[in-house]
Parts: sequence; structure tokens; C-alpha cells
Amino acid sequence: AKTRENIKTKITKLVKGRTEIDDEFLEELEQILISADVGVQTTLDIVDKITERAKNERYASEEDLNNMLIDEIQKMLSDARDAHVVDFDAPLPSTPYVILIVGVNGVGKTTSIGKMAYNYKTAGKKVLIAAADTFRAAATEQLEIWAERAGVPIVGQRQGADPASVVFDSVSSAVSRDMDVVLVDTAGRLHNKIHLMEELSKIMRVAQKKVPDAPHEVLLVLDASTGQNAINQAKEFMKSVKVTGLILTKLDGTAKGGVVIGISRELNIPVKYIGVGEKIEDLQIFDRQKFIEALLK
Amino acid sequence: MFESLSDKLEHALKKLSGQAKINEINIGMAMRDIKRALLDADVNYKVTKNFVEQVRKQALGEEVIKSVSPAQMIVKIVHDELVKAMGGEQKDINLKTSRMPAVIMVAGLQGSGKTTFTAKLANLLKKKGRAPLLIAADVYRPAAIEQLKTLGAQIGVPVFSIEEKDALKAAKQGIEFAKQNSKNVAIVDTAGRLQIDEEMMAEAERLKRELSPEEILFVVDSMIGQEAVNTAKVFNDRLDFDGVVLTKMDGDTRGGAALSIKTVVDKPIKFLSQGEKVDDLDIFYPERMAQRILGMGDIVSFVEKA
Ligand SMILES: Nc1nc2c(ncn2[C@@H]2O[C@H](COP(=O)(O)OP(=O)(O)OP(=O)(O)O)[C@@H](O)[C@H]2O)c(=O)[nH]1
Ligand SMILES: Nc1nc2c(ncn2[C@@H]2O[C@H](COP(=O)(O)OP(=O)(O)OP(=O)(O)O)[C@@H](O)[C@H]2O)c(=O)[nH]1
Ligand SMILES: [Mg+2]
Ligand SMILES: [Mg+2]
Repeated sequence: AKTRENIKTKITKLVKGRTEIDDEFLEELEQILISADVGVQTTLDIVDKITERAKNERYASEEDLNNMLIDEIQKMLSDARDAHVVDFDAPLPSTPYVILIVGVNGVGKTTSIGKMAYNYKTAGKKVLIAAADTFRAAATEQLEIWAERAGVPIVGQRQGADPASVVFDSVSSAVSRDMDVVLVDTAGRLHNKIHLMEELSKIMRVAQKKVPDAPHEVLLVLDASTGQNAINQAKEFMKSVKVTGLILTKLDGTAKGGVVIGISRELNIPVKYIGVGEKIEDLQIFDRQKFIEALLK
Repeated sequence: MFESLSDKLEHALKKLSGQAKINEINIGMAMRDIKRALLDADVNYKVTKNFVEQVRKQALGEEVIKSVSPAQMIVKIVHDELVKAMGGEQKDINLKTSRMPAVIMVAGLQGSGKTTFTAKLANLLKKKGRAPLLIAADVYRPAAIEQLKTLGAQIGVPVFSIEEKDALKAAKQGIEFAKQNSKNVAIVDTAGRLQIDEEMMAEAERLKRELSPEEILFVVDSMIGQEAVNTAKVFNDRLDFDGVVLTKMDGDTRGGAALSIKTVVDKPIKFLSQGEKVDDLDIFYPERMAQRILGMGDIVSFVEKA
């Protein structure tokens, strides 16, 4: 059975039978938040706010207390700029609309591209996939399977080829074939590897040779089970490419992804999609309210 | 990003200068900073709490050595306790068996680095004079078999796979193939699975039961957060694995999962995977890991010399 002990269930337990905020209560709250990967600083800030409010506000019941807690946690998330939630069938601002997918190794970039291709295709768009991970063993073969499942064409070269050259080919091909969307898969790279991060800038420049305002979106993929390192990842990728949104993957089953609260707060990048499984239909448009609910309600 | 713990402690422990012994009052602040450092490194909350308590007990009553600052002393104590917690008897992987081949199975979450690791391990064993075979028992992930074949070709190690989507069959036939072809180690790559996925966890159990591997390794991404404990616990409950492989250690994660997992399941960390190339494999040193978790440099050797 899938157990779902999220922040909310734990908070409900915490406030049960209590109408007072004492040290023990605050420590348990701290434990709940940190155990959800919310991070120390964000947790301390939430705990401080609660302590402050407890001094100044009247709260009479368990429920008041509960609401106060949820409210403060929620505020941390809502501070972030809203992702303009655009469905796959919305008209594109320009075509070909180039989307670059980046992230560290194994987070789910290629799988997410397969899912996005399927969604755009289903929405009636002409999609092309660019296999610009020329590094990892069988990366192109993996993407070919996804392209086939989604029923869209793919442009690639042999393993070891220059990824920027694959991007150039793909974007050129998309222009001449009148494609709507180009999804660019890139090799996983750890954000502390300078030469690999520079490669991304090069990919961007090359895409711009054919489509001057490309890429229209740069989506950073984060694995929901990642801890505080996710914040480093986001910070470092933002230095090399203009990250426009996040895809949070592997959210199936457990209430993970608390690190997004810290990221929202520190970095202000909206989450755009979430991955909830390994199948082609397991991608959802991020709905902040729903996410908060899954995490908190 | 990683403000050094010892800098912070210097500040917190100013008061301690000139005092002869560490006592309850003067280490309170320091313990808070240590707790914070561990939590920042993604060490599990409960593990952190117990650990800090341990350190506090250890530090109480210690004489303050004149030539080093109290902060440096405390850091040294924390470090030594960390090493103790993560260390213990370092065990090699077990390849001793009366049958042929010895079987090694890997398991872990999706994308943790299993397939890459199996190739690295095969490469290492081959260099040590073994005759390894890689068996592709991930029958789900697109191109998983292709990936293993590509890696196998890079290191000159054969890869066994079948067309049918049946992990157990693939593994069993692979082991049979190894036997017939004088391969003395069979390394079984399995599909990534979430610990809450009952069907997939049952498959892993079945693989263990039917293959009776000499060695089961749990592969975990060193960037994992607080979930590390849960994940490791469930995999261990189901598979009773023999050791842990921490991957992507070439990143800048502080890798608190190492402490959490060791504390919770008490299985040795046997390998570190530190890169995407087939040679990027290392053995685990508790000292280095301790320094990494604390985000500090050479304080320890400094105190050691004093
Ligand atoms: N459970 C689950 N697994 C996922 C999800 N997204 C991806 N995966 C799995 O995670 C693993 C890695 O996914 P990939 O798409 O290959 O990741 P990647 O970022 O392209 O990896 P590299 O190219 O090697 O850096 C695969 O086993 C996927 O099936 C998800 O939302 N849920
Ligand atoms: N930087 C770095 N990348 C690694 C390391 N180990 C694996 N990778 C990369 O991480 C990604 C996932 O590795 P895989 O070996 O495919 O992981 P897996 O656990 O087999 O994935 P699934 O089979 O999809 O569950 C690939 O891009 C690898 O190149 C490592 O130690 N360092
Ligand atoms: Mg990929
Ligand atoms: Mg694999």
C-alpha cells in the first residue's frame, strides 16, 4: 500500500489535543518540516513566525492552531512568482517554439521529454525531438523509443557528436518542416562542472543562429527526492542558462518535494510540470494549490 | 555556500576561551551549530539529534588543550564521532562461493546510477583478473539493455540479455550462460524502483530468492534528502542487502545520506561512484566523508598535530 504521511497528517497529529505552543511543540514542528526537506533556514523562519504569531494572536482551538501552521507554510510557497499555467493546447507565442531541458544526471529529463512530446502531439502540435545528449550510453536509443511512443520525429547524430551541432540540425529541420515545438534533450551534468555548463551556453547560441529568440523555455528538471543540493543545482544552472521553470519528477507515491518550498522562497522559479510515474501519461501541469494540498492538506 | 562549521563554532565558543574544561553551559551554542551543519548536509533529523547528543556527552569534561581553540577541539570531537559512526569494519564485496559464478545484484531507486555502477564494478573486477558477465535484468526502462551493452563494449565485458520482458528469466539464463562460458562473476543490473511500489519490490525479493546472490548492493544517489532513511530501510527490510554504493559523489553534495543510512540500517558503504566514466569508482573512507559532511577542510589534522 502507498503510505502517505505528508506534512499535513503529521501536523494534524501534532496539534491534536493542544491549544498551546511550547518548546516541545516547536521542536516537533521543526522535525516535521526538516524531515520533508524544507531546509533548515526556511524551517527556522517558519518556526519564528509561528512563535511570533502565537504571542500576538488569540487562538482557542486545535483548529486555529492547525490553520495558523498551514497558513505560514503556504505563504512560503506562495511568495514565489506564479507559473503562468499554460496547457499544451494553448497557442504558442511563436514557432518553432524551442524548449531546452536541462538538469543533473538521472533526474528524468529524457522521460519528461517523451511525456511532453506526447502531450503536445495530443494537443495537435507538430513536435520534433532533438537528441542532444550524445554522451550517455544509449541516450539516443532511449529517446528514440520515447519519440516512437509519442509518434513524433527525432533528430540525432552518432554518440560522441557535438551536441550543439545536433541542436543546429534540429532547429534547422524544425524551421524547414514547419514544426511547432522543438524539445531539446541534453546530457545530464552536475552543476559544479564548469566545462559542461559552458556547453549549455553554446547550445543556446547555436539554436539562436536559426531562431533568434530561442530557447523560448529552459526547464530545469529536479528529482523530488533530492535534498538541499537541489537549491545549489537551481542556482548554478541559473548562472549558465536562463531557467524559466522547473519540472519536479518522481513525485509518485510519497509526499516528497519539500525542497521546492526552499527553492520557491530563495529563487523564485515557478514549477511548471510534475512527473508522477514512468509511463507516457504520467506528467501533470503543476498546480500550486494541488501541490500544497498534497503536501499539506 | 558552505560557511565553515569551525568558523561558526569559533564564534559560538568565544566564551570558552580561558576555561579549562568543556561544560554544559559553554557547549550549548556549539551543539546548535553542529546540529544545523548536519541538517544542512541532509543528515536525517532523528539521526542528527541522536548524534549531537552523543557528541555532547563525549565533549563534556574534556580538557581544553592550550594550543588549539575550543572550537577546533569540538570540531575534532564531532569529526571523530562521525568517523566512528560511518566506519566500523570495512568489508570487501563477497565473491567467495563454491558455485560458479558468484552473483552480485544491484538495486535502488530510478536514476540512482545502478547501470553505470555495474559497468564500473565489472571493469574493476576484470582488472583484478576476474571474468565478469553483465546481466541485463532491467526489462522496463527504454534502452536499458542498449545502455548496458554500450558500457559492456567500452570495458570489454560481455553482456547477457533476452528479448522477453522477464527479469527473473533473464537473470537465471544469464547465470547459466556465465557457467557455460567460464565467467566467474555475474553482475545483475535491475530496474529502478520506488520503495513504495509493491509489485516492483516483490520482483526484487523474487530475484534475491531465486538467485541467492553472494552480494546485494544498494545504490543510492548521494544528493538524496531526508527520504534516504525510509528508502534504505525498506530496501533493507525486503532485501537485507550487504552494502551501499553512494553515487554522483563528484558533485558538491555534502552527502549526509551516508551517515543516515549507515546509522539506520548499519550496512557498510562499500563504494563511491564519482563520475560518468567507467574508471570513476572509489572505495569509501569514513574520514573523507566526515569532512565532507561537515563542509570543512583541514581542521582535523591541525588539531591532531597540536
Ligand atoms: N517513478 C518515477 N520514475 C521516473 C519519473 N521520471 C523519470 N523516471 C525514471 O527515472 C530514471 C531516469 O530517467 P531519465 O529520463 O533517463 O533521466 P535523465 O535525466 O534523462 O538521465 P540522464 O540523461 O542519464 O542524465 C528512469 O528509470 C525513468 O523511468 C517519474 O516521474 N517517476
Ligand atoms: N556525475 C555522475 N554521474 C553519474 C554517476 N553514476 C551514474 N551517473 C549518471 O547518472 C545517470 C543515471 O545513471 P544510470 O546508471 O543510468 O542509473 P540507473 O540507476 O541505472 O537508472 P535506472 O535504470 O533508470 O533506474 C546517467 O547519466 C549516468 O551517467 C556518478 O558517479 N557521477
Ligand atoms: Mg537523459
Ligand atoms: Mg539502469
